[in-house]
Amino acid sequence: MAERLGFLRPDPTLIATAISEIARNIVVHAGRGEIVLEAVQERDRDGLRVVATDAGPGISDVPAALRDDYSARDGLGLGLPGARRLMDDFRLESDTATGTTVTMTKWRYRDELALARARRRHRD
Amino acid sequence: MAVAILKQADYLIASIQSDLSDTEVEELRDELTELVGVHRIRGIVIDVAALDVIDSFVTRALCAIVLSVRLRGAHTVIVGISPDVAIAMVQFRLNLEPLRVALDLDEATALLDGLTRGDHGDGR
Repeated sequence: MAERLGFLRPDPTLIATAISEIARNIVVHAGRGEIVLEAVQERDRDGLRVVATDAGPGISDVPAALRDDYSARDGLGLGLPGARRLMDDFRLESDTATGTTVTMTKWRYRDELALARARRRHRD
Repeated sequence: MAVAILKQADYLIASIQSDLSDTEVEELRDELTELVGVHRIRGIVIDVAALDVIDSFVTRALCAIVLSVRLRGAHTVIVGISPDVAIAMVQFRLNLEPLRVALDLDEATALLDGLTRGDHGDGR
């Protein structure tokens, strides 16, 4: 999907790795959840947005979970700071009553895409 | 099968063919640790070229294999990390310290030759 939206390497792998990490968090901490991918557009850029939700136990201390030294349960880090480093926008909402939602987006600026297209045309 | 394991002199070449489930990861760790003793293996090469994504789970699993195999007297070298995956792992800031890597099988066996030559029975 990232490639279809015009993302160039290594962005598709970065996005896939972030999704893999968040998906694992959901399975480990909540058992089940939902991940929705959507193409988004702004005036000068296109993006791939990932919305991952679960109705699990929630994260009681969100700022701590986003720190690199955080680890929950059996010593496994939540991987959230790592996923955040791979994406451009990252938002985490969580409470112990309703669960957790991670919204993260990777952006591709359109003029860079046009530049890449021009490079490909020139090569052919 | 998810992993093909070949014996080459006193080395093992383990080629991961597809994404591994948690159970398959544990089985791989158990099998490699076992085989070291059965065949007096001095070194193992793990080829991860088939993995499009290496996240914190896979990295931790590889580290566990490296360490438990090391406790049985053998060294491990990882090969097949693609450029995009390498970039993602670095950007994620995974702890890659226990992993020894090489670009391909030839470099891996050369590296193992050097390491096992230095192993004068003192296990270090």
